[in-house]
Amino acid sequence: MGAFEAPDRPRGADAPAGASAGPPGGPDGGPGPADPAALAGLLGEQDYLADDGAATACFLALRMGRPLFLEGDAGVGKTELAKALAAVLGSPLIRLQCYEGIDASQALYDWDHPRQLLHLRAAQAAAPEAGAPGGRIAAEELESGLYDRRYLLARPLMRALEAAADPAHPAVLLIDEIDRADDEFEAFLLEFLSDFAITIPELGAVRARVPPLTVLTSNRTREVHDALKRRCLYHWMPHPSFEREVAIIRRRRPEAPEHLVRAVAAAAQRLRDPERTGVDLLKPPGVAETIDWTAALAALGAPALTPDAAARTLGAVLKHRDDHEAVRLRLDALLDGRPEHGAAEAPR
Amino acid sequence: MNGAPVLGPGGAATAIAGFARALRAAGVPADTARTAAFAEALTAVDPVRARDVYWAGRLTLCSGPDDLAPYDACFAAYFGGARPAGGRRRPPPGPPRTPPWAPEGGEEAAAGPDGPLHPVAADRTEVLRRADIGQLSAAERAEVARLVSLIRTGRPRRRTRRRAPAARGALDPRRTLAAAARTDGEPIRLRYRDRAERPRRVVLLVDVSGSMSPYAESLLRFAHALVRGHPAGTEVFSIGTRLTRITRELRTADPGRALRAAGAAVPDWRGGTRLGTELKRFLDVHGGRGMARGAVAVIASDGWERGDAALLGAATARLSRLAHRVVWVNPHKAQPGYRPLAAGMAAALPHVDDFVSGHSLEALEHLAAAIAGGPLEGGGARA
Repeated sequence: MGAFEAPDRPRGADAPAGASAGPPGGPDGGPGPADPAALAGLLGEQDYLADDGAATACFLALRMGRPLFLEGDAGVGKTELAKALAAVLGSPLIRLQCYEGIDASQALYDWDHPRQLLHLRAAQAAAPEAGAPGGRIAAEELESGLYDRRYLLARPLMRALEAAADPAHPAVLLIDEIDRADDEFEAFLLEFLSDFAITIPELGAVRARVPPLTVLTSNRTREVHDALKRRCLYHWMPHPSFEREVAIIRRRRPEAPEHLVRAVAAAAQRLRDPERTGVDLLKPPGVAETIDWTAALAALGAPALTPDAAARTLGAVLKHRDDHEAVRLRLDALLDGRPEHGAAEAPR
Repeated sequence: MNGAPVLGPGGAATAIAGFARALRAAGVPADTARTAAFAEALTAVDPVRARDVYWAGRLTLCSGPDDLAPYDACFAAYFGGARPAGGRRRPPPGPPRTPPWAPEGGEEAAAGPDGPLHPVAADRTEVLRRADIGQLSAAERAEVARLVSLIRTGRPRRRTRRRAPAARGALDPRRTLAAAARTDGEPIRLRYRDRAERPRRVVLLVDVSGSMSPYAESLLRFAHALVRGHPAGTEVFSIGTRLTRITRELRTADPGRALRAAGAAVPDWRGGTRLGTELKRFLDVHGGRGMARGAVAVIASDGWERGDAALLGAATARLSRLAHRVVWVNPHKAQPGYRPLAAGMAAALPHVDDFVSGHSLEALEHLAAAIAGGPLEGGGARA
């Protein structure tokens, strides 16, 4: 396939530049590295080991200037990806955590009411003649003076519009757990994401000089509206493969011994696979839990993942009482697969 | 896009459009906007590397985990091997599956939208109101089913975190201040705001197995009335041997058309029941992720569990922990001397808040009231 590679496409030549601290424009002027693999490398430097899909998703989001919609089970690293991306771009990460009932005053902007009240009082003290002929005009002036940029509190979405000035370093806007917000908020986001501008009735429009790179995450507690998804690149994040999970844990918990990491990753893979263990968990562990579990075992000084050590640290990886009971009964079976894995991996 | 395109410029466009069409035939909503995004993405990646093309397409054309398997299949067929002939990607038709009522029955098909109400004598309506739907003739059953569509559905409300202007509550600084500015900075009238109220979600699981078939139509009619009453806050699933989400089918305004669509969507009419397994599946895939949280969950089933009754008990317990209330509808409850002896029913009952019969028109009105969380004022069907 490589034989078809186009001659006029400066691929390899661009990669070293892309790997430097400030990623310059790619071949067609978009920000970021030259191809998905280069971006994966940069993410790796930030301790985020992205697979092909995640790297291509981020690459295209940067290149096409589209929001990235990440969906997947809790704990697969959706939020981490946004953080790593911000680090790669060397730009600020602006995070909006969604929750039920979130509205414009918490997401966009709010007026600083106490300061506005002070402004009113000060104006009053300065002009004691309240009933003077010019009183009405004065009141209008007073009101317009209230709605000054000074009294505006920028919330995450507005901060994201104002954050970046340099096209090579777009701000990264993380809209976390969009599925928790209600659908009215989704409709509102739709408008925000299509033109990256907001209109403040009292003040006018605020437009982004450099549109932020937007990452939306969802745990899929409900279906997000199709119109919102259509504006985004959609990426379903699976749990990592065994080898990748080992690499991730090793990167995050370098103090843990190698064989322990492999044992934990193997057990986690088995916990996610009800066919093999016969345990159907309410909440299979994500990578975040696996990392915690490794840390817990390392903190206890456990030399290996024995049934006893696993039972004592189960709270780090499983967060439901029913899951604990189900796994406790099958701990031996769960860890039994370990020798076969160990044997396969030992010679390396 | 490229100095040496593999396909001619027209060829690439044709290939992209063809691939999108194949995806649509396989059920992936690859619409024009998504297809255009795919074409744009291809200019950013290396279009001769299969891996890049795969990801560019998956990221732009898919919109949910359910799309991934058909996408993979289409991609393999389209770019990795033989081209699928147009239209062949449709899943092969399964075994004939028919809902337990006659979908092309003269009345409904001929009557068109909503069907004209037969002028019935008041006393006859009264008799039908109380009659067990399972004992009626097909014609009477159809008549009752139409009346079911007229049941008024309400639902309980919950307070939200969102605040709205109110006559009392916490001080609303923004509106108070705006008013004060107009009166020279003197806050003469204080404005307040308070938590708003929203209707709770209702999740309805309808057993479509053989033993429930006399009641299936009226229950689905009832489900349709619920969905129409509050389309955004209602979810309906059929439970048999396979859990099927039929909310979308029931959103159609016309009850006859909605029921036909739902009837066609359910793959396991009059089959067996694996209530426990399917309820667990509902909780794993939908309920536990948030759909059932704080909702009113309604299960319409006779509790004849072919599988493990303990599993059904555990799943119902989990549902009752998630949901605001669990309402169980069992038409057999109305029979004189009924006791919940079916193993599944006995296992589930301790976790059920309301146990109602739903066997007749009147009973379905009671069900509507149980969902709304109290007797409906003026009550009942507007027949």
